[in-house]
Amino acid sequence: MPEILSLVWLVPVFPLLAFAAIVFLTHPDNQLSAWTAIAGIGLSTLVGLAIFATALGMPTLAEKPFHVTFPWIPTGTTQLTLGFMVDPLTAVMLAMVTVVCTAIFVYSQGYMDKDPRYARFFAYISLFASGMLGLVTADNLLILYLSWEIMGLCSYLLIGFWFERPAAANAAKKAFLTTRVGDVLLFIGLIILYFQTGSLSFEDIFSQLAFISAPLLVIVGLLIFAGAVGKSAQFPLHVWLPDAMEGPTPVSALIHAATMVAAGVYLVARTYPLFAAVQEGPALLWVGGIGAFTALFAASIAVAQNDIKRVLAYSTISQLGYMMAALGVGGFVASIFHLITHAFFKALLFLGAGSVIHAMHTNDMFEMGGLRRRMPITFWTLTAGALALAGIPPFAGFWSKDEILAEAFLHNPLIWLVLTLTGLVTAFYIARLIFLTFFGPERRREVREVEGTRFTLIPHESPRVMTAPLAFLASMVLLVGLAGVPADFPVLGPLLGSNPFHHFLGQNFARFGIEFEAIPFDASVSVLNTSLAAALLGLFIGWWLYGRQPLRQAQPDPLERLGPIHKLLKNKYYVDELYNATLVRGLVRLSEGLGSFDLRVIDGLVNLAGRGTAAFSELNRLFDVYVVDGAVNGVGSLTRWLGRGLREIQTGQVQNYLLVLALSTLLLAAVLINVLFTLIAILVIAGVTTLVWVLQPSVEDRPEERA
Amino acid sequence: MTIPYLSLITLAPLAGAILSLFIPRQREGAIKWFSILVSLVPLALSAYLWVSYDATLGGPQFEERYDWIPAINVEYRMGVDGLSVPLIFLTALLTTLSLYYSAFTIQERIKEYCALFLLLETGMIGVFTSLNYFLFYIFWEVGLVPMYFIIGVWGGPRREYAAIKFFLYTLAGSVLMLLAILAMFFAKGSFDILRLQQELRPFTDDFFLQSLAFWAFFLAFAIKVPLWPFHTWLPDAHVEAPTAGSVLLAGILLKLGGYGFFRILLPTFPQAFHTFAIPIALMALMSIVYGALVSMAQWDLKKLIAYSSVNHMGYVILGLAAAALLTPVGLAAGSSAAPAAATEILNSKVMALNGGVLEMFNHGVITGGMFFLVGIIYERTHTRQLREFGGLGSQIPLYYAVMTTTALASLGLPGLAGFVSEFLIFRGSLPLITPIAVIAISGILITAAFLLWKVIQLMFLGPLNAKWTGLPDMDRFELITMAPLIFLMVLFGLYPAPILTMVNKAMSDLFSIVPVVAGLF
Repeated sequence: MPEILSLVWLVPVFPLLAFAAIVFLTHPDNQLSAWTAIAGIGLSTLVGLAIFATALGMPTLAEKPFHVTFPWIPTGTTQLTLGFMVDPLTAVMLAMVTVVCTAIFVYSQGYMDKDPRYARFFAYISLFASGMLGLVTADNLLILYLSWEIMGLCSYLLIGFWFERPAAANAAKKAFLTTRVGDVLLFIGLIILYFQTGSLSFEDIFSQLAFISAPLLVIVGLLIFAGAVGKSAQFPLHVWLPDAMEGPTPVSALIHAATMVAAGVYLVARTYPLFAAVQEGPALLWVGGIGAFTALFAASIAVAQNDIKRVLAYSTISQLGYMMAALGVGGFVASIFHLITHAFFKALLFLGAGSVIHAMHTNDMFEMGGLRRRMPITFWTLTAGALALAGIPPFAGFWSKDEILAEAFLHNPLIWLVLTLTGLVTAFYIARLIFLTFFGPERRREVREVEGTRFTLIPHESPRVMTAPLAFLASMVLLVGLAGVPADFPVLGPLLGSNPFHHFLGQNFARFGIEFEAIPFDASVSVLNTSLAAALLGLFIGWWLYGRQPLRQAQPDPLERLGPIHKLLKNKYYVDELYNATLVRGLVRLSEGLGSFDLRVIDGLVNLAGRGTAAFSELNRLFDVYVVDGAVNGVGSLTRWLGRGLREIQTGQVQNYLLVLALSTLLLAAVLINVLFTLIAILVIAGVTTLVWVLQPSVEDRPEERA
Repeated sequence: MTIPYLSLITLAPLAGAILSLFIPRQREGAIKWFSILVSLVPLALSAYLWVSYDATLGGPQFEERYDWIPAINVEYRMGVDGLSVPLIFLTALLTTLSLYYSAFTIQERIKEYCALFLLLETGMIGVFTSLNYFLFYIFWEVGLVPMYFIIGVWGGPRREYAAIKFFLYTLAGSVLMLLAILAMFFAKGSFDILRLQQELRPFTDDFFLQSLAFWAFFLAFAIKVPLWPFHTWLPDAHVEAPTAGSVLLAGILLKLGGYGFFRILLPTFPQAFHTFAIPIALMALMSIVYGALVSMAQWDLKKLIAYSSVNHMGYVILGLAAAALLTPVGLAAGSSAAPAAATEILNSKVMALNGGVLEMFNHGVITGGMFFLVGIIYERTHTRQLREFGGLGSQIPLYYAVMTTTALASLGLPGLAGFVSEFLIFRGSLPLITPIAVIAISGILITAAFLLWKVIQLMFLGPLNAKWTGLPDMDRFELITMAPLIFLMVLFGLYPAPILTMVNKAMSDLFSIVPVVAGLF
């Protein structure tokens, strides 16, 4: 039933309608709004999964992707279209995004309970889902960019959801502006592609790559990558993501871990033919280099954070680095595979952390501890997520991370080394998180006073509406990875259909001459063993420091023994401070400087010109009073004198007057033609003056005139 | 007999203004509603124009042509095309909304106020409908006087300074324009705007004279736009003007300057514009970057928005300058590479111009809305100092939502109107004037910074400033005023075809009717 594909444009539309319905109709009713949102994403999930299932059964889909387009903007002699497409990449993303979104929508119903802006929350996440689904189904760069920015807006609104808190307000602004730096560069790249190929559709662009000069192609690649760096929080634009944790936890899970931040990776993957067009070009090297560097850089920061959500935020940055690095070394399938598995296990980790925060009312891991018995479901599910992140088989992260490492080992050993080291650090910080949160004594009890009685709050397991999505995601974390088990892996490989994931995605760009071969298992066995050893070592160090002898209340972090290194990591290498001191302050200073320049110099010149004119006119006035007016007064006196003489002629006899009249008429007739023009002129002037005078506000209520 | 739609649209407000003078001063309600009703006439008719203008045909339509002063060859000639129709509609819409909003807020001298607004409308629409310099100039000046009084009488504390500065600055420009018009008349004996462009072509053989006339017009229009460095009258005028005055000032009066660039400067003096395109593009660049940075330095909300107008109008002129540039395409016109490249360049030019016209319309809607919003908050708090607000988001959520939407449209968020025009401008100008356009794009970033930081964050986010507890949210009339503007921002953000089809035709015709404008050598 390939017909279902023609409904692809509906997938982003359902949540958009839900958004509109909440904003205009249902927002006074919280529950109704939540159900509207869930209905919207539910319908998208239904269609999305149907498309995914259909796509799986269409072996020619990669060769001939499905398109549906509508005319949109007429420009010059061309017409921009509103277009959606389905190819294997889109199908896979659709399945992941809709499923993860639905889980998080359901979870939010419990988590956001009693929030005064409950309905608004569901409106925002519906709009977000619409943006994300628009992004993965877009068949051209303009729709992609539109969705990209709508997600950016939702991210801004949701980070600042509790905007009364200054930290949230600042974080929201920082996120929007930091990512916009990347967006502007992406925008330039998009424009260059548009005028180079006369189109924004991916198909048209990819088929015309040969006509674009190689250096320009590299520049465009880097511009697109810059957009991805902003959105996927890669170094040096990573600073916004940790602060984004000021938003509600479901938002951190949905937007800032599972979906939106992966959009950068998706963008590079979607435009991969463009990067691959320049063989051995520096564009892909940059992608790989930045990705690998970010992976290690962010993982090392995560080690020294005490806020449970910040640990996960840096972990996200680091894992996105893995995906970028994978793309950089040509591991397209590995990258998308990791994107998918990461979405599930990171959503699980965040929702688990949210469950803990919901119970503890704090984010600080050093105030937690011993929650293993109080919150068993949260504990077990979170541990599954942690093992997936660390890369322990059979959890999903193991399969995807190893595929990346195998690709890196083959194509760029340096990147492989960095990523393997990162694997060790990753296992360590996630072990630290688990041991600090769930083991040892309960380091702090929250005490509340209600009407004079003191209560000690005892943490307890979260409601079913929150634990059910946790359990669901945990099972997904176990299962999803199995889609990508190498074909020749002993026993499991053939049993699981010989790596169906790779099979499905590997041909995605075959029509542009790019195919991705799976790496034989034999070639990667040593890589697999190394990374597993690194992960186990990391877990062991974590246990040694935090699990063997759990910390007591107010006991310092053993890492503090590292001294300045610990301080550097804890302060995130002082990147924020650096940006504030240079870029932010510089821009504000510049704007203030120009502001006073405008007032003093430019406007000063205008006023000077005005004053000069006024002074000149004052000179004229003096001239007028003493010279011109003097003359006029002289004329006046003369007239008065003449008048006295003329009075003698006024006889009072009609005949005399008539005579004078006739004479003057004759005189007038002689000069009539010229005079007529003068008369008309006088009339027009009088008319205009009257109109202005009438419209001029009356002066009747001026006090001094009334008196 | 054909109905003279354009004369009706243009002169109905004037007739209304005169009639309203006969309503007794005490009957304020009657005066208000009468003038709103009068302003609905051009609104309805201009909506009709929009719907029935044949975009596939192009060219001036709804033409009216009568002899007027045969002795000096002055015709009464009106006509509209894809450039003027949207601007006429915008004028009629903003005037109606201004009168409606003012009906609830203006307390004193209502009779004069309403009459002046109607007179102003005649002046503004007249500029867009006239196809004869004589008529054009009359309307141009008619628009000036009412605004002078609106600022000078209903304005803030420094109203006299601001009003006189506005009046004299603009007048200085128009005097130069008058000289240029007369010079063309003495050279070619005609005041006809289109004939002078297409057939008579003054000063084609004397580049010096052409340059003089070009710069004379340029100054008149650049002051009105206002282009850097002629912009300093704008913040003063805006800060002092009453709310509705600011709306029309930013929404329409600035567009008169932009319109002049499109209607007169580019098609009448193409060679001069080719020659001076780069300096003008640099001025536009200054408007964009400098305007945005200075905007960021403001602490008065109204002044901030005023400077952001300098920034936004800079995009319009950037697109124009890019389109005006002389673009060499190969050496021989007949070479095989030339036609494709020429088409591509022509496409870019048309897009830059499309973006410019669209930006004018969008800026009118967005910034017009912005000034209404400034007025709405000022009515309640009697302050515009950004530092005195804070945390209003939870206190007045509706206002917060409307202001955020407008600000997002202003910073060019895709999905809202501002983006489409900025996209087209940059798409058009980037291939033509690459370095300047690339620097100009940074303006988008600064705009986002000051709107999110200074407007949204300082006003709405953070803890509520205790001073404002109990501040009432938007009233119904305020919501009704904003609703059409928000609707247009969303509509043209998602589906700009209804306006672009028309504009696109007019801008493409510019190059085919006056071939030398295309500047493809």
